[in-house]
Amino acid sequence: MNTETIAPREYQIYSGDDLRTNVLEISMGPQHPSTHGVFRMDVSLDGETVVKLKPVFGYLHRNHEKIAETTSYLGSMPYTDRLDYFCSMTNNWAYALAVEKMAGLAVPERAEYIRVIMAELTRLQNHASLVGFLTNDLGASGTPLLYAIREREHILDLFEWASGARMMCNYMRFGGVRNDLPSGWLAQCKKVVDDFPAFMDEFETLLTGNEIILSRCQNVGVLPRDLAINASITGPCLRASGVDYDIRKVDKYGVYDRFDFKVPLGSVGDCYDRFMIRLLEMRESVKILKQALATIPEGPVNDSKARNFRPKPAEAYGRIEGPKGELGFYLVSDGTPKPHRYHVRPPSFINLTVLEDMCLGQKIADAVIILGSIDIVLGEVDR
Amino acid sequence: MTPINPDQLIVQLTQWALSFLDSYPLVAVLVAILLSTVPLVAVFPICFAITTWLERKGLARIQNRIGPNRTGFLGMLQPIADGIKMLLKEDIVPKTSDRLAHFLAPVVLMVPAFTILSVLPFNRNMIPAAVDTGVILFFALGSVSTLAVFMAGWSSRNKYSLLGGMRAIAQMVSYELPLVLSGVTVIMMTGSLDTTKIVAQQQLSEWIQSSNAGLQCLGQIIGWNVFTPWGFAGFLIFFVASLAEINRCPFDLPEADSEIVAGHLTEYSGFKYALFFMSEYVSAFAINGLSTTLFLGGWSGPNIRPPWSDDPNALLIPGFVWFFAKMFALMLVMIWIRGTLPRLRVDHLMGFAWKFLLPLAIMNIFVGGFYYYAPRWHGIPVVGWPIGFLVMYLSYECIGRLNRGPKTAQRVYHYAS
Repeated sequence: MNTETIAPREYQIYSGDDLRTNVLEISMGPQHPSTHGVFRMDVSLDGETVVKLKPVFGYLHRNHEKIAETTSYLGSMPYTDRLDYFCSMTNNWAYALAVEKMAGLAVPERAEYIRVIMAELTRLQNHASLVGFLTNDLGASGTPLLYAIREREHILDLFEWASGARMMCNYMRFGGVRNDLPSGWLAQCKKVVDDFPAFMDEFETLLTGNEIILSRCQNVGVLPRDLAINASITGPCLRASGVDYDIRKVDKYGVYDRFDFKVPLGSVGDCYDRFMIRLLEMRESVKILKQALATIPEGPVNDSKARNFRPKPAEAYGRIEGPKGELGFYLVSDGTPKPHRYHVRPPSFINLTVLEDMCLGQKIADAVIILGSIDIVLGEVDR
Repeated sequence: MTPINPDQLIVQLTQWALSFLDSYPLVAVLVAILLSTVPLVAVFPICFAITTWLERKGLARIQNRIGPNRTGFLGMLQPIADGIKMLLKEDIVPKTSDRLAHFLAPVVLMVPAFTILSVLPFNRNMIPAAVDTGVILFFALGSVSTLAVFMAGWSSRNKYSLLGGMRAIAQMVSYELPLVLSGVTVIMMTGSLDTTKIVAQQQLSEWIQSSNAGLQCLGQIIGWNVFTPWGFAGFLIFFVASLAEINRCPFDLPEADSEIVAGHLTEYSGFKYALFFMSEYVSAFAINGLSTTLFLGGWSGPNIRPPWSDDPNALLIPGFVWFFAKMFALMLVMIWIRGTLPRLRVDHLMGFAWKFLLPLAIMNIFVGGFYYYAPRWHGIPVVGWPIGFLVMYLSYECIGRLNRGPKTAQRVYHYAS
């Protein structure tokens, strides 16, 4: 019996004299229903089993970092919305945090609370829709997704009310937020947050015990703890592999040290853990939101001096725990109104690097849900 | 002139029309053939249109949406709009495709889909082709669809299509077995492959026939095979296997949109795609019709006599109304399942067929045999029913447990300190 080994892993394919077999190479994407955007996977299949997978991206490259270096600091704030277009609030915050760190700007108390509220609402809607999209990748004909979208609409309504836009919020400013919350906003937000656990209960009842979801997600796409750390995976994917690392706890940026919340950890690191960690994180986000809404102080929401500033030559790296992982902005200033170097650390992009390791030996149908469980947004991967 | 019997109205009309042709026997045969086949080709596309509308509305309701509401009242003209759209679309055939096979595939799928309808008894005396071996013919012709799907997958010269075709073959070959074996129990109990006899056997059990009118009305229902232990198990196995046979969710792997785009349908557009779509629904009707015939008493329903007639065979509500009601009820369950469940993976699908459904179907045959020979009290299966039920339940539990294994379980999650 002849076998040939194909790169990159030792996967052997039978190819005797009597039966000539070959791998089937498929280019999944850039137009494919479940690559979550213009993303391509060059997959080699032995029957249905993935023996090689090469992620190809860059179809959505828009020169974000270079453009940011040719404009003022504030000028690229709206552009950060377009990175991870699901979570513009957290993108804004990470960028504002980096600039504040470099320029030494202080943020008023009320603005810090508003940022926390916005970031946790973002996490809620991101995780809810992610779980919905994941079930769509699993083959559900959209029912869980549309349940999630229904809840997301309430949160987007809140964003629209506060910032004027549903997705491209452009709400945070250096040294605070753009404008104070409209009157009545907090009461409506409280109502949305109070109603959210009911949706969570319904969602969990319907999904977590489902036999098909259990059999398709458990022990599929296992990301071992060591690999996760070495590949610098962050966010829910890392915590699903059992690593206790949450920047909200590690850095205590903003006012996160004032809230009581826990960090759920997975044990296996498979798709089911990644799926469940998101559900559990949503519960924790609701807890943070309830505390923040109860204790938000009155006062100014931004620092009027922070407009049109010219930082001293310096460098800074600001990072936050975005819904998808560690979102960081690295800035170098040469004393001009424009940044000398502007670099984004996109969590989607870095989490995507272990895709092949998770997919090898799995079925083609699993590759799709593994990709779904990583939670990527191509706007952020390609920048 | 015989008195009007709503149940047999269509049959009587047909006979009346044919009576004019008594002197031309050859023409009479031709007309008789047309009279029994043309309604099939006319009625089922209409049923298909209604079902697409029902499916879109039903799914929308499940998913907190409204569904089609622009075309006509409640969007009821949506199927017509879809049809016009499909007709007007350009028919794109890939340059490197095998053109002949690509063209023939939808035809090869559609012809058997309509042909198998002809062995279904829609009502008493209303069966387009009274074949003695109706059930065998149904299964034999029904499995031709596998060939058509693979033709489509192969000829498109598209890797997704090819994968879809391969999946279709593997799936349909596997699920054919439990499907046929669960039907075998019914055939065994009836002692006939004739679908008309299978329906007749399920009517009015003898112990009720002698009692009062109210019970007689119920008797039509109590006799259904689904109310016996082997019939119930057989019906569930048949239904699940038929979901896989016609590629419905959660077994829609050959056309899994999130994995292999649309499988064998990827390279089809325009009216060829519409033909595929229609054939799939017509096969769904056919297989639900067979499952109605085998397990749900076919055209029999509660006996309601028309007040004007003394004829004991006259019924107010025609049998085909019950037949179509049952068939549509099964379709609605399929739509409901589609709105609820995610898709299985290819190896789980195979395991489910070979390790779970097949042993259960074989067990069911033995239970059926026992039920048949078990002693009865005044015709009531006092021994066969409870013991048969117990055996089927236990084998379901055992085979289920053996299959489950330790692999999947609900997990407990911990929080970082």
